[in-house]
Amino acid sequence: MTELAATDPLPKPKRDIAPILLPIALALVTIPLIGSPSTWLTLTAASLAMGMMIFIMASGLTLVFGLMDVLNFGHGAFIAVGAYVATLVLAPFAASMQADSLWMNLAVLAPAALLSMAVSGALGLIVERVLILPVYGQHLKQILMTTGGLIVAEQTMYALWGPQIIPVPLPTSLRGSFIFGDVAIAKYRVLAMLIGLAVFVAIQLVLNRTKLGLLIRAGVENREMVEALGYRIRRLFLGVFMTGSALAGLGGVMWALYREQVHASMSDELTVLIFVVVIIGGLGSIGGCFIGAILVAMVANYGGFLVPKLALVSNILLMVAILMWRPRGLYAVTSR
Amino acid sequence: MMLLSGDPPRSRVLTLVLVVIILALAATPFLFPGAKALNVAAKICVFAALVASYDLLLGYTGSVSFAHTMFYGIGSYAIAIALYGMGPNWAAVATGIVVGLPLAALLALAIGLFSLRVAAIFFAMITLAVASAFQVLASQLSWLTGGEDGRSFQLPELLRPGTVLISKSLFGFEVNGRILTFYLVFAVSALMILALLRVVNSPFGRVLQAIRENRFRAEALGFRTVFHLTYANCLAALVAASAGILNALWLRYAGPDTSLSFSIMLDILLMVVIGGMGTIYGAIIGATIFILAQNYLQSLMGVASKAASEAGLPLLPGLLHPDRWLLWLGLLFIASVYFFPTGVVGRLRSGGGTKP
Repeated sequence: MTELAATDPLPKPKRDIAPILLPIALALVTIPLIGSPSTWLTLTAASLAMGMMIFIMASGLTLVFGLMDVLNFGHGAFIAVGAYVATLVLAPFAASMQADSLWMNLAVLAPAALLSMAVSGALGLIVERVLILPVYGQHLKQILMTTGGLIVAEQTMYALWGPQIIPVPLPTSLRGSFIFGDVAIAKYRVLAMLIGLAVFVAIQLVLNRTKLGLLIRAGVENREMVEALGYRIRRLFLGVFMTGSALAGLGGVMWALYREQVHASMSDELTVLIFVVVIIGGLGSIGGCFIGAILVAMVANYGGFLVPKLALVSNILLMVAILMWRPRGLYAVTSR
Repeated sequence: MMLLSGDPPRSRVLTLVLVVIILALAATPFLFPGAKALNVAAKICVFAALVASYDLLLGYTGSVSFAHTMFYGIGSYAIAIALYGMGPNWAAVATGIVVGLPLAALLALAIGLFSLRVAAIFFAMITLAVASAFQVLASQLSWLTGGEDGRSFQLPELLRPGTVLISKSLFGFEVNGRILTFYLVFAVSALMILALLRVVNSPFGRVLQAIRENRFRAEALGFRTVFHLTYANCLAALVAASAGILNALWLRYAGPDTSLSFSIMLDILLMVVIGGMGTIYGAIIGATIFILAQNYLQSLMGVASKAASEAGLPLLPGLLHPDRWLLWLGLLFIASVYFFPTGVVGRLRSGGGTKP
């Protein structure tokens, strides 16, 4: 260890860039395998868009775990709730969704997304108070309680909206693709990418540049210490939980528009997907979650194109490969 | 006492309830005529064994696995595919067992070595992911598994309902192949539960409980916790696969809905929690309560739903619809984790009603 004078700047923490290179390498390796560059570009754009949506849904889960040591098995329910609430707004305004004007479409989409976030955030408040608070610090019971919560939420959605699939058509101005030469990139995917990036940047800024973020990061490291310094860490936890739920709701709206349908069982399939992402990224790490989401989406898209049969288990194979390399995920944040 | 491995029910009421359940199950073919009662009884036997094996994981090692139905499904499918492909003979049954059980154990070994080594909480998530992938795989590989339709098959001659072993004229009731199958299910399930009771009361079982209470301390005492956890995982998988075999034999069918679906996993979780985690006996109680409720309460819900819709109440018919049975189950589940963490058995053992 080198001696530091008081005036020297603190040594920068070592940057671990191997995980960042991973998706880039994966993308480059697949170019010769796919052959046609235009197909490759389309697939890459599709992976990035899908990855961003998965990231938005999974970010809340990983934050909640990192900060509160709470594994929420019911996270998928917030996604489905978000999607269903959005249909409540989108259905009555179907006319302005059909109008061929970006502003008219966004004027409906934005309130729908905001309402979804508000409702799933509020639901997060209830879930945190009712289901998680009583079993705080007991992993086994947390898993059981939140699994129970997932069942109840899913069944309530069945009771309220019925078992049928609700179609969610994309607004007219977001249909179709941008065409560059022989490369086609769907417009909606561009929007999804932009929103995903914005969410990622916003989370990083809040975590790294604000006092709130400082407290959250400190709470991840050592909860007792932050409490001893006089901050109400429970409040902070509640805020993070609600934010995570609201983000899941937003992700649900985006996913519903991406698939152009809503179904109560979407929470099940997405729960598995975001679990894989969170495990790959390392529980509690936002950066890892981001890379993990893109990796999962890439494997799904490239894999689906190259070896369709493999796509069914590609997530598991990816997870196994990553965990062989780094048993705690790409970035191990917590010591737990 | 030897039979129960020195771990008796330790409560008079509990003993009484268990004796009644076991006697009723054993005498079902003669006491309650009709196919439904026999089906319910067989299902209780299969699930009691399945839930007991899950209890070995959840109750004794404290690790939550969501892949238990996968092992159950492996057993079901192994026997179904063998009997479907090789025809109804005993060689096929043997093949199913010889292929299914080692496959389940190997997979459990792989999952265990892989995920139990890392943080304990990974185990729950990884098992969930693996199980869902397996479910998709089973429904996609339709040339092997029959896809969503599953596989129906015929049993060997001896176990068919048409085979009369003791004719009616002798005792006043007929003993046929179906009843023989029931007793096969009953006996094997009972054996497996007794074996599990033996396991949890062995020194090995004590180490598992030590790991549950404090893994770090168990490791400090010199136990290789990963080895113990993986071993428990494999044992549980073996019993689950055997229960799957029994279930497929009884139903003469294996499909995604009866052996792999996530709702069965939830059922198992619920039965363990209601019965009482870490008691093995809880499995018998939980399975009995749950399956009786599932079979007889659901029709009650249908009646209530109809009454509510005739009375013109809003929302209530939808909530009481028999298909929404899981909703009430979920609420019950949360309530029982919250209010009765020790389950029925824990309650009874602690002296009925008073706080433990």
